[in-house]
Amino acid sequence: MLSNIGISLVVLVLILSFLIIYTASVDLKISGQNIKRKIYKLSLYQITFTILSFFTLIIGFINSDFSLINVYENSHTTKPLFYKIAGTWGNHEGSLLLWVNILVIFSYLFLVFNYTHDKKFRLYTLIFQNILILGFLIFLLINSNPFNSIYPIPVEGLGLNPILQDPALAIHPPLLYVGFVGCSIYFSAAMASLLSGYDGKLFARSIKTWVKISWCFQTLGIIVGSIWAYYELGWGGFWFWDPVENASLLPWFAITALMHSLLVLEKRNTLYFWVIILCLSTFILSVTGTFLVRSGILNSVHTFASDPSRGIYILFFLSLMILSSLTIFFFKYKKENYNFTLKSRETFILVNNWFMVFFLVTVLIGMLYPIFLDVLTNVKISVGPPFFNIVIIPLVVPFMVLMAIGPKFGWVKSKDKIFYKVLFLILGAIVINLFIIYFFGTYSLLSNLIFIAAIFLILHSFLDIKKFIKNKRNTELARIISHLGFGLLVFFIGINHQFSLEEDFNLKVGEIKKTHNYKINFNNIKIKENKNYKAVIGNFKLTNLNNNLVQYLNPEIRIYSNPETLTYEAAIKTKITSDLYLTMSNVSRSDYYNIKFQNKPFMVWIWISALMIALGGFIQLSFKKNEN
Amino acid sequence: MLTKKVKNRILFLSFIFLLSIASFFFIIKSLNKNILYFSSPSEIKKREDIPIGKVMRVGGMVKKGSIIVNQKNIQFIVTDFENEILISYSGTVPNLFAEGKGVVAEGRLRDKNFFVADRILAKHDENYMPPEIKEIIEKNVK
Repeated sequence: MLSNIGISLVVLVLILSFLIIYTASVDLKISGQNIKRKIYKLSLYQITFTILSFFTLIIGFINSDFSLINVYENSHTTKPLFYKIAGTWGNHEGSLLLWVNILVIFSYLFLVFNYTHDKKFRLYTLIFQNILILGFLIFLLINSNPFNSIYPIPVEGLGLNPILQDPALAIHPPLLYVGFVGCSIYFSAAMASLLSGYDGKLFARSIKTWVKISWCFQTLGIIVGSIWAYYELGWGGFWFWDPVENASLLPWFAITALMHSLLVLEKRNTLYFWVIILCLSTFILSVTGTFLVRSGILNSVHTFASDPSRGIYILFFLSLMILSSLTIFFFKYKKENYNFTLKSRETFILVNNWFMVFFLVTVLIGMLYPIFLDVLTNVKISVGPPFFNIVIIPLVVPFMVLMAIGPKFGWVKSKDKIFYKVLFLILGAIVINLFIIYFFGTYSLLSNLIFIAAIFLILHSFLDIKKFIKNKRNTELARIISHLGFGLLVFFIGINHQFSLEEDFNLKVGEIKKTHNYKINFNNIKIKENKNYKAVIGNFKLTNLNNNLVQYLNPEIRIYSNPETLTYEAAIKTKITSDLYLTMSNVSRSDYYNIKFQNKPFMVWIWISALMIALGGFIQLSFKKNEN
Repeated sequence: MLTKKVKNRILFLSFIFLLSIASFFFIIKSLNKNILYFSSPSEIKKREDIPIGKVMRVGGMVKKGSIIVNQKNIQFIVTDFENEILISYSGTVPNLFAEGKGVVAEGRLRDKNFFVADRILAKHDENYMPPEIKEIIEKNVK
């Protein structure tokens, strides 16, 4: 029943997309500035039916309607309601439906909100966006249909992977999807701009808000995924340079570069073709990432049961996208004149873009190199985290310095004398760095440079805040907060990395272990029956030998029955200054439990500063609305 | 004679060119330093030039009944149904680590029969198997 409703809705959307493309191309030939009402109506139907189809799937999950294969494979009646709903997008087919939903929603919103812009440009955008919608809808229908039915209807489902049953991971995919799929609209807009000749400042203004929206959500989505990895995976880290993380980082670099150079296009009416390249590559990189992960070419923590046939379709579609966008681009490319002076804001923004491109290329090479080597020589390798750390981290030092200085310069040509101020702040940063060494202990030369650069950026941002309070220019606030957030992020990651304690050992119940300045008593274990899992809860008493502070930590081993899986839940005690992190595991029911104990300073601050980066984006969005 | 403007431009372009070449070499060089090779127990036995003491990955199945846990570490045997290797590891194991299941260990070889792991790689799905191991098993078990 639901299966039929769902498929009919999807087919309806498919037909509507065709109709929209057709009527839009007819409307293209009619002069004037108003788009036909019919197109608005068709788009409204399209968005309604798409959202309805998604709700149909959600209802299937809520009611545990196992006549749908998708529900049968990914849900179970004993699962809490919240995770039944989250299960809708916790699998390949459901998430693809979400993907199509976001494509359609953005298509509609762009059509409705950008009414002040050129008609031809808007129609072309609509056409390209609907071609994308068609592509993914066909993929959904022939290869990954979430509404496929199963007969005879099973009594019980297979359940959702327990590691995905987590609040952070329930919201992580929708956030990332709004971020990544949101890029589609300015992919379409860039193509439309090339074809309709609607370029320069006006084009920048038309996509500005959409770029910001997707940047905010991408940033937030990556942070949430990272937080999840920290407390759920039990390694105590938050970034592993896992292929999937890299895949999410690639579009982020591109979009961050885009966000900055868009300012140049809007203010100075130059760099148009560079902006177009960034618009196109952001979405292409998003799709590439998805393709590599879903097809199983890259193996990683995300184990969507992978399927090569999926890969082939996405690869085909991807090549079509790249090929057509490149053709149109080179066909329309004209030489631009750049008139940049060294001491101007646009030069610094360009430098920011170089850095972003360098980071992007580095991560891309690290990610693709193993694939090429495997194909060419059949040698299996993986690129370890040290590669990314060695190449990227040293460059963060000049990057942060320029990030602090850049916004000080005005547009076109600046006469500000900032030399003494910079010298003064660098000295300040060096002194603060010496204090840290004095109180906490020494570290390598590179770390010194990183700390100094980070503190320099932080000090600069504080001065900017002071200035902001005086003259209250709203547009500056967002930038200050994001840049300050980045400085703090690097600073706290540095501190965290330098002064973390980590110890692995095996203990029997009742034993005591002394490590660094902590005494760890393994008091006892308890067994607790929960709705869909059984928990073995360890009770640990931690005594800090320096100040005799006693704390109790309770890590868990959870035994899920559907599907039968073990998960280890870390016990984390968060304080303002540090996190205590303890995981417990057990191998083949021996008397010994593996214990991993970590003390991680300023962990909370890493999250706070990362969230500040995203917050900056959201602040800018809210101001934009007020100004209009 | 070239004008000053053209001169500047040529200087600028060659600067950019050199910079990008330098950074590219920098990337490739650190890439070569930091790649981890993946080997099966059989490859370790057979190959002469296997590097002892360099970080690498070993994968296969955990042999049934081979896991020994004591106060300091965990020892187990990894097999590809042709050859086997003893692995020693101290630390928490991922939740899907079990006898008869696939495993990938990252660490260093002490000699051709003994491997000290720093990390056991986590896989989060009970049905999932790293492609490297799948290949080995398909080759050896028929």
